[in-house]
Amino acid sequence: MRIVVVGGGMAGTIFANNLARRLSSELRAGKARITMLTASDRHVYQPGWLYVALGRMTPDELEREQASLLEPGIGLHVDPVKQFNLADNNVVTEAGKTHEYDLLVIATGSRPVPEDIPGLQENAIHCYSADNAMKFYDRLNEFKGGRILVTVGLPHKCPMIPLEITFCMHDFVRERGLLDKTEFYYTYPIGRSHSLENVAKWASPEFEQLGIRQETFFNLKEVDGANAVARSEEGSEIKYDLLVTVPPHRGQKVIEANNLGANGFIPTDRASLHMQGEHGNNVIVLGDTTNLPISKAGSTAHFEAEVAAENVASLIKTGRAVRAYDGKVFCFIEAGRGRATYAMFNYSKPPQPKAPNAAMHAFKMAYNKLYWASARGVL
Amino acid sequence: MDDHAVVDARGSFCPGPLMELIVALRRAQVGATIELLSSDAGSAKDVPEWLNKVGHMLERSEQDGQGVWHIFVRKMK
Repeated sequence: MRIVVVGGGMAGTIFANNLARRLSSELRAGKARITMLTASDRHVYQPGWLYVALGRMTPDELEREQASLLEPGIGLHVDPVKQFNLADNNVVTEAGKTHEYDLLVIATGSRPVPEDIPGLQENAIHCYSADNAMKFYDRLNEFKGGRILVTVGLPHKCPMIPLEITFCMHDFVRERGLLDKTEFYYTYPIGRSHSLENVAKWASPEFEQLGIRQETFFNLKEVDGANAVARSEEGSEIKYDLLVTVPPHRGQKVIEANNLGANGFIPTDRASLHMQGEHGNNVIVLGDTTNLPISKAGSTAHFEAEVAAENVASLIKTGRAVRAYDGKVFCFIEAGRGRATYAMFNYSKPPQPKAPNAAMHAFKMAYNKLYWASARGVL
Repeated sequence: MDDHAVVDARGSFCPGPLMELIVALRRAQVGATIELLSSDAGSAKDVPEWLNKVGHMLERSEQDGQGVWHIFVRKMK
């Protein structure tokens, strides 16, 4: 069986490695072949950008060579796909090479698009790339007091970032002795401080205790940089001195260009993870690329990739898939002051977050290093 | 049934039905109707509350035999 994996981020890499471990004898015997087509020779641990933005990590700590992470037997080509010919079971790369497949896995991820909101790109800082995270640090480092406004675009990857960046900036400002000169103003698109009700029930009292002002039902419409004002779809206006944003996201341009899904997100079956539609039988979609109504998060990509790899291996060995994805997501939540908690949930069970503590923060910091074992399909 | 987009947010705790609706409305044409499917009883309250604030129209809201809410929303601006 020829398996082509498009994308070398968390979902594509974990899937390919997990599958290669399960199919080691089939790969050696030439009964299966795994090919990965990706845009970069580097693999980035994106959740680490939060720490770069706060001056706690450097970008090089978050990168490895993609080739160094892959199991033997996986053919890596740093040559991204340009054209998906699903009716003919092949893809064509930027370099013009055609790859035939029996099974296609699409895991191209998502990208921030602050340019979708007028004025946002030019006037706000965010931490959704190494360069942007370093600019974030520079602006925060220069900050001498005033109002820090946090806005949240939809959809976005990493659902805990709005809370985490607020708590962590509060620490940063307090440690610089600027707390009495600073007002934190947190906004959120729906009628509470987080999409997860139980997380909001925990976060809002924490905000109140820290003196962080909250405004809900705030969907950013435009930023007026000349007057330093953010305006919402709901008619609100907020002045700012430092504008921090969680920008809206889209899927990759190649997905939109090939008409595979609106805004670059592919319609996907929530249990089988197969693409919906006539060519979905041999097309699996993983990670941020799906249009599933669940968090765009590394853990989502990880758990989906494990389910898909187990199913594909079983299909090859026994002719049948054995698992359905249950919507599992696990998110750490950095809560500031050296503490963290987590939210774990699926399609049927909401999270029950515990009070944050130092041990969970230590676990998160350890996981930032352990991630490389996850990428290799070991953890 | 008229031709309209359906946003299936059943089983969505995060981002949740309202956020899925906000995204869908942003990309919809003015005048378009979207049917939101939600298994969260809170949607019957928080969706109309947001629609009222932002100025889109709630056409109707009903719960089916499986407990799923079908909330029909028209984009007004």
